[in-house]
Amino acid sequence: MTLLTVENLTVAFPGRHGTVNAIEDVSLSISPGEILGMVGESGAGKSMTGAAIIGLIEPPGRIAAGEIRLEGQRIDTLRPDEMCRIRGRRIGAIFQDPLTSLNPVLTVGEQLIETIQTHLKLPKDEARARAIDWLRRVGIPAPEARIDTYPHQYSGGMRQRVVIALALCAEPRLVIADEPTTALDVSVQAQIIALLRKLARETGVAVILVTHDMGVIAETADRVAVMYAGRIVEVGSVAEVLTAPRHPYTRGLMASIPRIGARPDVLPQIEGAMPRPHARPAGCAFAPRCPVRIDICSQTRPDLTGHATRSVACHLSKEVPA
Amino acid sequence: MSDPILTVTGLKKTFDLSQPFLTRLTQGGGRKYVHAVDGVDFTIPRGTTLSLVGESGCGKSTVAKLLMGLTQPSAGSIRFDGHELAGTRAGQPPAVRRRMQMIFQDPYASLNPRWRVARIIGEPMKSFGTHPDPVARRKEVDRLLEFVGLSAADGEKFPHEFSGGQRQRISIARAISTKPEFLVCDEPTSALDVSVQAQILNLMRELQRELGLTYLFISHDLAVVNYISDQIGVMYLGLLVELAPADRIFAAPQHPYTRLLLDTVPDITMAHRDMDRPAGEVPNPITPPTGCHFHPRCPLANDRCRSEAPAFRTRGDSHVRCHAVEEGRTDPMPLRKAG
Repeated sequence: MTLLTVENLTVAFPGRHGTVNAIEDVSLSISPGEILGMVGESGAGKSMTGAAIIGLIEPPGRIAAGEIRLEGQRIDTLRPDEMCRIRGRRIGAIFQDPLTSLNPVLTVGEQLIETIQTHLKLPKDEARARAIDWLRRVGIPAPEARIDTYPHQYSGGMRQRVVIALALCAEPRLVIADEPTTALDVSVQAQIIALLRKLARETGVAVILVTHDMGVIAETADRVAVMYAGRIVEVGSVAEVLTAPRHPYTRGLMASIPRIGARPDVLPQIEGAMPRPHARPAGCAFAPRCPVRIDICSQTRPDLTGHATRSVACHLSKEVPA
Repeated sequence: MSDPILTVTGLKKTFDLSQPFLTRLTQGGGRKYVHAVDGVDFTIPRGTTLSLVGESGCGKSTVAKLLMGLTQPSAGSIRFDGHELAGTRAGQPPAVRRRMQMIFQDPYASLNPRWRVARIIGEPMKSFGTHPDPVARRKEVDRLLEFVGLSAADGEKFPHEFSGGQRQRISIARAISTKPEFLVCDEPTSALDVSVQAQILNLMRELQRELGLTYLFISHDLAVVNYISDQIGVMYLGLLVELAPADRIFAAPQHPYTRLLLDTVPDITMAHRDMDRPAGEVPNPITPPTGCHFHPRCPLANDRCRSEAPAFRTRGDSHVRCHAVEEGRTDPMPLRKAG
């Protein structure tokens, strides 16, 4: 059973030189309890995909094509007030910077209780009990006392735990986590990753984890979608994509990540940079940087082909050894 | 360890965070200090790379600023090729400072958006007087642009016309324009995407080989540091807790904090998936824990660790600041698989 399906989603921004597509033809699905990683370089469209799902694309950007269904219900065509009831209640969000995601003049408890009461219509004392329970579940020590303190009294890692509690306290079915660990130190990042996995397992919430860090994907996600220049170029289970990447971009990316252990003299690198959205080449957007391109690559854009669990958008995907 | 280009001994930097005198008098409360760098010693042999790693607030960037004279040390000595630099300001004395330059973390903030690239790269040559003639200077700028993988025509453009990786190449060209021997690189790739990070790291290695540069490299990413370093220093709350050759740090980490860092780096081989995570965060540096600063998070801590600060002791070719290592109490502490 799938919880969310996105089909052929295109987000367009009108610009001075015509319309620019931030993301093009993105299709994905996620099941309850699953953690789907979305990985790519800045500007690849991973955050935009998350924003589209939660209905937070800044005008003049708009969904130009495609559809988004949550538990069978189409949500991309809802009115803003209807979408507002879905946000928080059925889709939660965790953002990168825990300091700016929290209101500095309200206590942590006031923010949690407000969120719970808005979505679950509980009396105040029950909402408070539930807020304390959520703080405990995300690993805040002494939650009965900490609930009445302000965000600035929390450390960075503890703040991000509060943000996670806020995203989950209305018991949504899906959480979009956009770079949830990027602002944190590595030892704290590891704790937050473990917490996300634990909560997904316990509550059955599905998580779309947007990150640029393959290491975070490797340790957190079940499946991963690799984005490049606004499109998904490869989807599969984390183990498959990371150990046997099939798209030349994914292979280049994996090779270029420095690792602990081997110390090569020269790090494999992908030449050039990702094209900007208004200057994407015809054909495959990766073709100009691709070490194995053939004639057709610069003429025709390859479709994402494969089966339900593994697909690749590359003309060579059949020839390229897996 | 012959021919050190830089020797740092007992380097300290204390920031006074006290309230103003009258506020202290009327509202009570004593003086408050942060020991951002609390006595750091290291030596960098010519042509090699020393990396400092640690979490935010450990003092690694303050060390970089102290070396460059961007902030003044409270105590200690910085000797660069025989010249004492502690107490001198940035750019002073020019004959010595010309030989040390810096590459900053954020290539969007470290280039003047209103200047053309040629002027940005030419400025150090102008201010240090290495190329006073504008025509010769421009020729040198063109050569540098090509050297770092851009084209001479790029000198006429503004920084916003470049991607993050290209901007970092411009920063590197500016840093090497005065023909320095020593570069301080403060997280030079952490604002870049991975595929671009590899390009910049390769460029830096190539520069080191061709120009014989010495690097002090600052990063929070152990994998990056593994690729670029000869020596690695691990910092925690203003102190070096371990300093060792790079291969030793990864093959046989001594200090419990080094081990914690290595265990928590997200690894693309999924090696640490579902393991129990070490708890805790870096404590507030204004009120660091007594004894060894790391003891509240340390699985090996005992009463001595809680009361007595360990010394920085030499063990073979590495240096470690830990009672447990000294006493041989460091049984391997493998992370358990979570249930």
